[in-house]
Amino acid sequence: MKRFETSGAPYLQPEASVSQMMTRLLLSLVPAAAVYTWFFGPGLLLNILVASAVGLMAEALVLNLRKRPLKPYLGDGSVLVTAVLFAWCLPPAMPWWITATGMIFAVVFAKHLYGGLGNNPFNPAMAGYVLVLISFPQEMTRWLPMTALASNGPDALQTLWATFTGELGGGLQWDAVTMATPLDYMKTELARLTTMPEIKSHVMFGDFAGRGYEWVGNFIALGGAWMIYKNVIRWHIPVAVIAGVLIPATLAYMVDPGSNGSPGLHLFSGATLLGAFYIATDPVSAATSPRGRLIFGLGVGVITFVVRKWGGYPDGIAFGVLLMNAAAPLIDHFTRPRVYGNEQ
Amino acid sequence: MKELALIILSTVLVNNFVLVKFLGLCPFMGVSRKLESALGMASATTFVLTVSAACSYLVDTYLLAPLELEYLRTIAFILVIAAVVQFTEMMVQKVSPLLYQVLGIYLPLITTNCAVLGVALLNVQESHTFVESLVYGFGAATGFSLVLALFAAMRERMAMADVPEPFQGAAIALITAGLMSMAFLGFTGLA
Repeated sequence: MKRFETSGAPYLQPEASVSQMMTRLLLSLVPAAAVYTWFFGPGLLLNILVASAVGLMAEALVLNLRKRPLKPYLGDGSVLVTAVLFAWCLPPAMPWWITATGMIFAVVFAKHLYGGLGNNPFNPAMAGYVLVLISFPQEMTRWLPMTALASNGPDALQTLWATFTGELGGGLQWDAVTMATPLDYMKTELARLTTMPEIKSHVMFGDFAGRGYEWVGNFIALGGAWMIYKNVIRWHIPVAVIAGVLIPATLAYMVDPGSNGSPGLHLFSGATLLGAFYIATDPVSAATSPRGRLIFGLGVGVITFVVRKWGGYPDGIAFGVLLMNAAAPLIDHFTRPRVYGNEQ
Repeated sequence: MKELALIILSTVLVNNFVLVKFLGLCPFMGVSRKLESALGMASATTFVLTVSAACSYLVDTYLLAPLELEYLRTIAFILVIAAVVQFTEMMVQKVSPLLYQVLGIYLPLITTNCAVLGVALLNVQESHTFVESLVYGFGAATGFSLVLALFAAMRERMAMADVPEPFQGAAIALITAGLMSMAFLGFTGLA
């Protein structure tokens, strides 16, 4: 007798599984990572390596403690996505123990104490990042300049050495080889009443924002566009985040171009594009309805701009994302779509 | 006008009473299981905080200071706060019995909210004027209401989460409050 295969609902299979989505996200970041490495040396790759290894170990440990099967949770790629995004936010050649601290916090506290993937109210990568940002403020400012700009910068081997010992070998000093990021430089110089044209004449600035960073930004936007095309993310949050940064930035620039960064600088500096396409779009911790997503994204963008302009930190994407994560359930509560047939 | 705006900004975001000064944690933990009761608590606390900030300023300036009784400040303020809470309770009961029922036990509990006493004492410490004290109290209450509403909505969602057993209930709520507090550090330097 021929048997007809039956199974329970849902009958419409979703197009992509979790691991497929995560793989696509990671793939779309490869070009940007290559460009980053080309301009700034192998520090990013080392950070990703450390963060992934520590992240997988922490995940395995917690799964073991919670008596959950290892394979489906470790294999879905969500830890790797957290690790890559977290590592991307760190300065290159970060000492490994700082990367590990942030990653353990991200996986254990921000994710598994809430029940693991799908339950975390805060974006784990950003929770880990803010933890190390407020705990290791000095190390978090050690940004290496573009390799083309620095004749005395650390080579690949020295970067490796720095990642694992925290010291630069070969008689190099951190102060001598690091450089402020464009946003950081802009903030300190504006506080000293330097005007914007003078600031932008510094060698680190290219057409809009930091040289090198602009190109990384282009490829991140490209990867993000591909993710939207492939339905990994929806367009609402990226568009809203970018609008949230650009609208106040443009207004401020129109009022006083001498003491405000141009909209292009805001768009291509810091983590605007990475945050808009990759970080704020985390489907678990963001708002869920289309209207809610627009509000969520706008909030992230505006908070980022406010922190950049008036706050104590050079960039605010991480704080914007965490604050709007905290607001997401309330946003969802007030933007709940009307159930068909119910009154307005 | 600019100072007053700065006081509002400072008390709501930068020096939020719950997440940065760690005052008023009992109602923050106790009344945040459901959004509806959290919103009721928030509005009642806003009213009491603003009025008691003004009253305690008046008592301090026109009663305690001329009589040189500043050493009685703490106990006098507690008395003022209790009186304001009692007054609020009676007024709410008369004006809107429905709201009185919704707020229920939380209304008298505001007396023990340390943020209320904190605001009154901080107003003296920072030698605010009458208007500044009023705005300071209102800002503190707004900040309290904001984070209470956010937190309650988060806890409603977390009630469905698969939290490991040792961390269920107050433990995960405190961890969440800690993470929110980290996020609020982003406002450092604004005011």
